[in-house]
Formats: sequence, structure tokens, C-alpha cells
Amino acid sequence: MDYKIQANKLRLYYGETQALKDVTLNVGKNSVLALIGPSGCGKSTFVKTINRMNDLIDNVRIEGEVLLEGENIYHPETDVVALRKRVGMVFQRPNPFPMSIYDNIAYGPRIHGINNKAELDAIVEKSLVGSALWTEVKDRLRTSAMGLSGGQQQRLCIARLLAVEPEVLLMDEPCSALDPISTMKIEELITELKPSYTIVVVTHNMQQAARVSDYTAFFLNGELVEYDNTDAIFTRPQDKRTEDYITGRFG
Amino acid sequence: MISTRQSYDQDLATLREDLLHMGVVVTNAIDKAVESLAKRNVSLAKQIMDGDDVIDDMQVDIEDKCMVLIARQQPMARDLRIIGTGLKITTDLERVGDHAFDIAKIAVDLNGKELIKPLVDIPRMAKMSQTMLKDALEAYINLDIVLAEQVCAADDEVDQLNQQLFRELLTYMMEDHRTISQATQLILVARSLERVADHATNIAEWVIYLVTGQRMRKK
Repeated sequence: MDYKIQANKLRLYYGETQALKDVTLNVGKNSVLALIGPSGCGKSTFVKTINRMNDLIDNVRIEGEVLLEGENIYHPETDVVALRKRVGMVFQRPNPFPMSIYDNIAYGPRIHGINNKAELDAIVEKSLVGSALWTEVKDRLRTSAMGLSGGQQQRLCIARLLAVEPEVLLMDEPCSALDPISTMKIEELITELKPSYTIVVVTHNMQQAARVSDYTAFFLNGELVEYDNTDAIFTRPQDKRTEDYITGRFG
Repeated sequence: MISTRQSYDQDLATLREDLLHMGVVVTNAIDKAVESLAKRNVSLAKQIMDGDDVIDDMQVDIEDKCMVLIARQQPMARDLRIIGTGLKITTDLERVGDHAFDIAKIAVDLNGKELIKPLVDIPRMAKMSQTMLKDALEAYINLDIVLAEQVCAADDEVDQLNQQLFRELLTYMMEDHRTISQATQLILVARSLERVADHATNIAEWVIYLVTGQRMRKK
């Protein structure tokens, strides 16, 4: 199998506290990986190691390695800005910039030096089509993004990512602030994006992991307890702790 | 506007197609099994017996798909009924496949032996059971509860024919004990066909449940 992301014996410490314990996990190209586990299990910490978001936190120490296309992103010479362009992230609460829909999406490409209007128009349209928002907003691209519904804002944030042509999409509980219908739309979108991207989703919602992912990883207390294809995890988990968690008998 | 749950809908459609495919294979097996008996065609009978593994594999595959859909998609309302009835219907179809196997095996056993009587009622029963099975599957395809109810009603006729055949063969056995072995086997064939009609009735009842959410009262 062709791996997009490989974590090898990854250990992460917040000060004295170890948040990830020797996590080894490979993510196949064009697949969806879901990370599940109770609060504080390390799933969000893990996903943030993939685009080095943890660098922004003081007192973090990381050992082991994370490979993107075979190259260690923790190599001292890694260009972190370039890395975050390749590995984009969507957060729990949609965070559109307080500007127009169009400018939200054109923001990234402009920073990367694209100023030609026709080119930007094309990127904006392609990104909005890609995030399944185009037909809903094409007639009001110049209006404020803040006027969109929560679900639309989240798809706008995904469009904003797509505009800089990333390879990996990280989603940290992308639906936890959304209503059920918006949630289903995001889930459908994840499936539609899969052929072009590698996607890692952190979710508190086990059912969501079951619905959208090809592979599921169960974390507990910083440890990767079980990692398998999603059919197997949800029909015949191998570890009792996984079974207890997914059947709601945890604790 | 983005539509939701397209891949889930696709999976449900695939489940339906798989069940229909299994239904066609099983109906064909019963057809051919009776033909092998009526025409004393041993090679056809053996072909049916070999084909039973394929039917069993189909059942396992459909059951696995249902289990995964339940685990991964949290089906509700009609979706839940589609999957629940899928699990039941595949079991009924697999049993029909087993009856085709049993009839084919009897066709092999009777090879080279003179029949104690020309087969008249058994092909008739076979035709009725097959029609019920085909109608039950058609009701499933079209979610046609009127047709499903007709299938349920037809079951009595097959039961009556089975009893009539049983009495007739019993008479043969009482008159001439040399017919016991063969008459018993023909009784088993009739019994299999009667069971096929029962499975067709079950499928029809599941179609009614699938469409209306209401259970049929069992006779």
C-alpha cells in the first residue's frame, strides 16, 4: 500500500506529561482515517502533529518521526509554512475571516502570490464547487462570510483549504458545532473529497467515524490501542478496551 | 444543494440488487432441480447440487453487508427495515437453495429406476411454488404489497396439493410395499416444494413489513 503519512514511535510530551506514547500508524493515500477515543486520549494531539500545529504550544517535546510522502516533517530544515500548505486543517468551530466569501477563499492564493483576477475567479469557483457550496453562494460571493449558516461556514473553511491545493486535510471535530443535516453534508463532502485527498478526521462521534472513514484508530490515554479498517473496528474489534468504548460500556 | 448520504443510499441499492440476484439464482435452481427429476437428467441434478455452495456464499456475503451497514450507518425507519428484511429474506432464499439441492439429490438417487407413477402433481406443485417465489421477488422489487398479499393467499393451495399427494402416495405404499422407498422420496420432494412455497410466503410477508412497517399475522 502507498502510504501518505507514517508515524513512527511518536512520543509527545506537554512538559512532564506524556500525551502520546509510541504511536506508530500509517495512513494510506486517498483514504479517510478517523481518530476516536475519550477526551484527553491524544487524538487531537496526534492530528496536530501531522502539520506541526503543536509547535505553537510552549513546552512541547516531540520524539519519533512523522513522515509525509516518506520525508520526516520534524527534520530541522522542514519549511513549516510549506508543510501547512500541503497539510491543511479544519477546526471544530468554523472560523471564516471577517471578509467576503470571495476574499476568504482568495486569501491563501493571494498570499502565495496569485493576483490575476481571472485566475483567482477560477480558483474561487473550483474551491467552492469542491466543497459543495458553489450553488448556494455563487450569487453572493461579495457578501460577508459571516452571514452564512454554521454548516455553510464550515464548507467555506474547507473551500479555503482547497484553494491552496493541499494534499492532506486534517479535520478536528469538524461537525461538533453543526446541526445534523449540516453534519451529513460535511460527511458526504468528505466522501467526495477522498479521491483527491488524504483525510484524517478527529471525532467524538463514533457513529460519524463509522460512517465516513475507511480506517479507524482508537486512542486511550495517549496510546494507540487499536487500528484497523473501519468495518473490522465496528464489527469485530480485537481489543476489549475498543469494544467497551464503541459499545458505550467504557469506564 | 449537496445531497446527503449518497454512498449509504448506494450501499442500500447494492444490497437490494444482491438479494435480487440471489433470488434469481435460487429460483433457477428450483426450476432445474424439478426438471432434472421429471426428465431423469442426472447431470443437470449434479450441476444443481454443485451450485449450492455458490448460493451459500451469496447468503454469507449479504449477511456481512447487512452487519456492516448496521454497524456503520445506524439505519433508522425504512432503512432499518430494508436491512432487517434483507437478513431475513436471504435466509429464506438460502433455504430454498437447500431444497433445490435435496430435490436434485433425489433425482440422482432415482436414476435408472422406473417411476411408480408418472409425475403429474409434483410438477404442478413445483410450478405453483416457483410462481409464488417469483411473485414474492417481484413484489420485493416493486414494493408491491398487493402482489405480496396474493402470494400469501396462494400458500393454502400448495398445502392442499401437498396433503393430497401425501395421501395418494400413502395408498401406493399400502398397496405395494415395494413402492415404499420411492414413494417416500417423492413425499420428500413434495414436502420440499411445500416448504419453498412457505419461504416465498415469508418473503412476501417481509415485503409487506418493509413497505408498511406492519407485521402480518401468522396463520
